[in-house]
Amino acid sequence: MGGLILLANSAAQADQTSIFEPASPPAESIRTLAILVFVITLFIFFVVEGVLFYSIWRFRRHARDGNAANTPQTADPTDHVTEPPQVYGSKPIEVAWTAAPALIVFVLVLVTTRTLWEIKPDTPAPAAGDNALYVTVIGHQWWWEFRYTSYNGQPLDFITANELHVPASEDGTPRPIYLRLESADVVHSFWVPRLAGKIDLIPGVSNSLWFQTQEQGLFLGQCAEYCGTQHAGMLLRVVVDSPQDFEAWLANESKPAVDDPAVAQGKAAFLSESCINCHRVRGTPADGTYAPDLTHLMSRQTLASGLVANDRKNLRKWIDNPHDIKEGCLMPAFGLSADKLDLIVDYLATLK
Amino acid sequence: MAVAEQQHEAATLAARPSWTAVLHEWATTVDHKKIGIMYILMGTVFLVIAGSQAVAMRWQLVYARHDFLSPDVFNQLFTMHGTTMVFFVGMPMIIGMANYVVPLSIGARDMAFPRLNALGFWVTLFGGLLVYFSYATGGAPAIGWFAYAPLTTKTFARSAATDFWALGLIVSGIGSIAAGVNFVATIATLRAPGMTFRKIPFYTWTILWTSVQLLIAIPPLTAALIMVMADRELGAHFFDPQNNGSAVLWQHLFWFFGHPEVYILILPIFGIVSEVIPVFSRKVLFGYEFMAAATMAIAFISLGVWAHHMFAIGMSRTLDMYFAAASLLVSIPTGIKFFNWLATMYGGRITMASPMLFCMGFLSMFLIGGLTGIMLALAPFDLQLSDSYFVVGHFHWVLIGGTIFGLFAGFHYWYPKATGRMLSERLAKWQFWLLLIGFFLTFGPMHISGMLGMPRRIFTYEADRGWELWNQLSTIGAFIQAPSFAIFVFNLFWSLRHGKPAGDDPWDAYTLEWATPSPPPSYNFDTQPVVYSRRPLWDLKHPDDPDWQYE
Repeated sequence: MGGLILLANSAAQADQTSIFEPASPPAESIRTLAILVFVITLFIFFVVEGVLFYSIWRFRRHARDGNAANTPQTADPTDHVTEPPQVYGSKPIEVAWTAAPALIVFVLVLVTTRTLWEIKPDTPAPAAGDNALYVTVIGHQWWWEFRYTSYNGQPLDFITANELHVPASEDGTPRPIYLRLESADVVHSFWVPRLAGKIDLIPGVSNSLWFQTQEQGLFLGQCAEYCGTQHAGMLLRVVVDSPQDFEAWLANESKPAVDDPAVAQGKAAFLSESCINCHRVRGTPADGTYAPDLTHLMSRQTLASGLVANDRKNLRKWIDNPHDIKEGCLMPAFGLSADKLDLIVDYLATLK
Repeated sequence: MAVAEQQHEAATLAARPSWTAVLHEWATTVDHKKIGIMYILMGTVFLVIAGSQAVAMRWQLVYARHDFLSPDVFNQLFTMHGTTMVFFVGMPMIIGMANYVVPLSIGARDMAFPRLNALGFWVTLFGGLLVYFSYATGGAPAIGWFAYAPLTTKTFARSAATDFWALGLIVSGIGSIAAGVNFVATIATLRAPGMTFRKIPFYTWTILWTSVQLLIAIPPLTAALIMVMADRELGAHFFDPQNNGSAVLWQHLFWFFGHPEVYILILPIFGIVSEVIPVFSRKVLFGYEFMAAATMAIAFISLGVWAHHMFAIGMSRTLDMYFAAASLLVSIPTGIKFFNWLATMYGGRITMASPMLFCMGFLSMFLIGGLTGIMLALAPFDLQLSDSYFVVGHFHWVLIGGTIFGLFAGFHYWYPKATGRMLSERLAKWQFWLLLIGFFLTFGPMHISGMLGMPRRIFTYEADRGWELWNQLSTIGAFIQAPSFAIFVFNLFWSLRHGKPAGDDPWDAYTLEWATPSPPPSYNFDTQPVVYSRRPLWDLKHPDDPDWQYE
């Protein structure tokens, strides 16, 4: 865990969300296309601006030429000798500069098509030994729910939130990640720029997204479609683990919650409050589905969908009044007494 | 001309009518010129409001996790900023300017339906007021200007603010449709003798196609807004996925309006530029027929590209490819226009007066907006850029670098006609350079922050993302732009009294509106002008070398 946080800190630099630092095939394909279109548009830019500025420089009328004021007042019919030759147009020239952009458009359509088929493959069905991870992502105001459904052909059945753990690919062993994207309320968008382009999570629609990467570590992103008050606070973290670490993580997440008798009082306090209407802790009566699953809360690095580090202090502050951390979020402040707060935090801190 | 000036002087010396008489005159007028001016004044007032909203948002974003504005207030601000700028600044200014110029440029006495024209203005204004009435419910709607379902349902937008927003847009949509009908009828039926469809001044030609787009694009929006109202107030479930409604349907309906809307805001600008560049280059517009055909092509192609706003909704690869290809097609007629403008300047004698200066700003900046548009049209690249700050940079580049620069060219060009006074050139130069620099600094860095992964519409951002610098540059840019707009508004009013007298035809121009006094009498022309070519005034001034010999 400590190693992960260290890794997270070292990854925290300016390029961590740049679309020009791709770490996954779809993001790489898009970068290639982007560079091609940059070259083409820069060429057009320099040609057109060049002609524009040349024309201004070459054909500008100066004060010494007379009539240079902004009010020429040359309504004198005899003055037309100073007018330049009138050129009404030219069919061959028009055809030429219709054809040139048409040619560029044709090339761009071809590369667009090729890239589309590269980055949007059909999602295969899970099969034994496919090394593929299948996760259903559900957007909520303003957090992410991850339902793990299958890895390497083995069905999985647990839910976590806000931090997506995936296995790294290795040379010769790709470990593709296939996401199925849905929404519980409004439209959201899943965007981790270094891994893939964004795809919306739309209520009533099921979308898909594919990526895979050999680079281990933390990949940042956030919701990209305006989804209400805390759209800005709907941050997204993808943790790419080594295959061994990932399998260990899977094994832990698949287990029900830790039941530590030392915090039995805290557990009772938790279960007696309305926490359980919205939150789930697997293995206890808490079975809410409206808010993040807390079964392995302490295996996550952050709280409030990536806004603050997940430590005791922040956890207590969050439960006391979530709006101090995430103004407008849907969890209310319950006005718990300090004692009760401590008890509940004691309990939650054991949910590793 | 001299006579006209004397009349003007005499009019100003005469006893001033009481303010109630003036108010009554303007409130009841059906004169296309007065209505045009009221549209533009309305646009100016809303420009100041929406501009202030933009500055407030830029200040919120100057630091990571800055807390100048609360998230809800910020979300309301960008909703109102977008709605206001598109519907109550851009469209009134476009329609107002056309209202003033089109009848004059075709030698007509007024629009075809003067009362409908007045109705159109007043409902547009009341639509704007209705949208702002939403503040009376405790806050504006926080749904974004494209109001994606189901954020607009009662579940997520509980107050009546969203109802006021939808009602306001329905009402102002009636105004836009009225204007579209009126322009089409006016241009089709009231042209001066001899002015065949092939001899229409280019600005008027673009207004014709803009009107066609208004008539095709606004009704789907109105219908969709009525569906929103039905969802909210009558328990319909058009856009409610919980009850088998479709959230995606709204996006299709909205962008079927929204994309032509972009061209409604830019085609008239193409028209302005196509009038100004020839006059200030002392040449005829190069390739009028190709320009005219390109205008029609843009008007039609733009009706079939709407889903390029929606690549991220997960369409099939085939649909992605179609919408990418169709969107790229728009660049062909747009390219034709650019090359023809450059060819018009080439070999001319260019005077860099304020209208031309703004046209040059338009050409150099709109080009960049067009090129970033090509990037966005490529569906795969768009999956990275869509809904990022890159898009915010792109469309402001098109709407300010395109629409606003072009509108300013038009204002500086026709202001002398409308008022009889010249705008101050000195102030115009300040306005231009402050706008150019401020605009570059505001929206240039947005392209970079977008490519660094910054989504749009976030009220704050994390410090470790590397976005702070780019946001600070944007904010500085906003504070450079703001005085430019202030100078413009000041110039409008200052020059009314202190500007140099303009005379009938200060720019030595080509089209009919310059053949009548400035400001024109309420009946526009003493005698019906007769037209033989696209440049009737050129023919008058050059009887030995008239245009009709070559067209």
